[in-house]
Amino acid sequence: MNLRARIQFAAAAFALALLAFAAPPAVSADKVDPVADEKAFKKFFYDKFPKLKPEDFVNGPYSMDADLYKQWQDKEQFPPYEFSLELGKEMFSKPFKNGKTYGDCFPNKGIGIRQDYPTFDEKEGKVITLELALNRCREANGEPAFSYVRDEMAALTAYMAFTSRGKPFNIKVPNDPRALAAYENGKEYFYTRRGQLNFSCATCHVQSPGERVRTEVLAPALGIVNAMPIYRSEWNGMGTTSRRFTTCNSQIRGVPLTPQDDEYRNVEYYLSYVSNGLPISGPGARP
Amino acid sequence: MRITTLTSIAALLLLGATSALAAGEDDYKAAYAAAEAANKQAASLRNQWTTTASTLAVAKKFADGGDFDKATASAKEAEALAKASIFQATSEKERWRDLEIR
Ligand code: HEC
Repeated sequence: MNLRARIQFAAAAFALALLAFAAPPAVSADKVDPVADEKAFKKFFYDKFPKLKPEDFVNGPYSMDADLYKQWQDKEQFPPYEFSLELGKEMFSKPFKNGKTYGDCFPNKGIGIRQDYPTFDEKEGKVITLELALNRCREANGEPAFSYVRDEMAALTAYMAFTSRGKPFNIKVPNDPRALAAYENGKEYFYTRRGQLNFSCATCHVQSPGERVRTEVLAPALGIVNAMPIYRSEWNGMGTTSRRFTTCNSQIRGVPLTPQDDEYRNVEYYLSYVSNGLPISGPGARP
Repeated sequence: MRITTLTSIAALLLLGATSALAAGEDDYKAAYAAAEAANKQAASLRNQWTTTASTLAVAKKFADGGDFDKATASAKEAEALAKASIFQATSEKERWRDLEIR
């Protein structure tokens, strides 16, 4: 069954879709092995799309379709995220009321470091995404946090991504049981079916990349966060990683979690890790 | 065991959707409370469905209009949805690995 048929099927009869649960149980858990996961993940996508070069995957739906790719090249002439990028640059350099800047919160003054996020904070024992680090920076300097799904956060992350374009993802999972657990939980979140439609992230972004859902072409999970944040015509504006994740949950009739809840931080950690080595391409523009 | 649960969920859904018995305000209140409780459990499993909330809203609307038959039927349907989401979250604790790339 293709994706559209599956959506109609699930929407028509959730009770029937649930019958799938009567199938035999999954294989049991084994050791957490991010290195092996990354290898298998890449192999899966390279085998599935043998014509693509690794760095092609970072352009989301554009890598899946020649016509779309042409549109993308045209778009990059006058990128619709330009406005956000300018705003982000201005915000980034403008001092807070206390005279400090965002740069003071980050290594290398925040320039060219996007590929290192999410990081694992060994003091706190948790994953820190770039969006979270930005809001923590604001709060530490007496400024109110920004909404994770609105334009200001998109502008700041757009600028930081732009200064890191072309740099390969460099995510580290330290040999710390808490880091390994966060990584594994992110992986579990990615593959867990949820919502009334009974879809996991993988149902769309692993099993069906290149297929269309309504008017959209599904991006492959490999490199799926490299282009964030993205401008989307449908949003008529920019969207952060948080906005994209929550939207992907509502689409399958699941109630989204709160942006930057542990699950979202961990799934971003997982997706970024398995895309290690692929270049940052954000900010992106989508049809 | 799984099949039994599923059958009862499906049965509950059908019952909720087609109940012909006349229901009063008390029936509605009980059905609504049961649905809310199940939906709360789904929240603790981090897996609420949007349709549970929207079906609860429909139930409330019927009740506000004094149609307790339809209100009760919707509340029961919402409970069935919430129970299905609980079942999904619980069984996925093992089954998520089915889809894993390895
Ligand atoms: C019903 C299918 C579906 C499911 C399930 C789904 N998504 Fe999506 N996702 C989409 C669509 C449609 C888009 C927009 C088109 C595209 O870029 O793939 C999208 C886009 C994205 C993007 C932006 C990609 C880009 O380059 O524009 C990210 C990141 C993403 N999804 C992550 C997730 C995560 C994480 C999950 C699980 C929590 C998830 N998605 C579940 C359908 C889905």
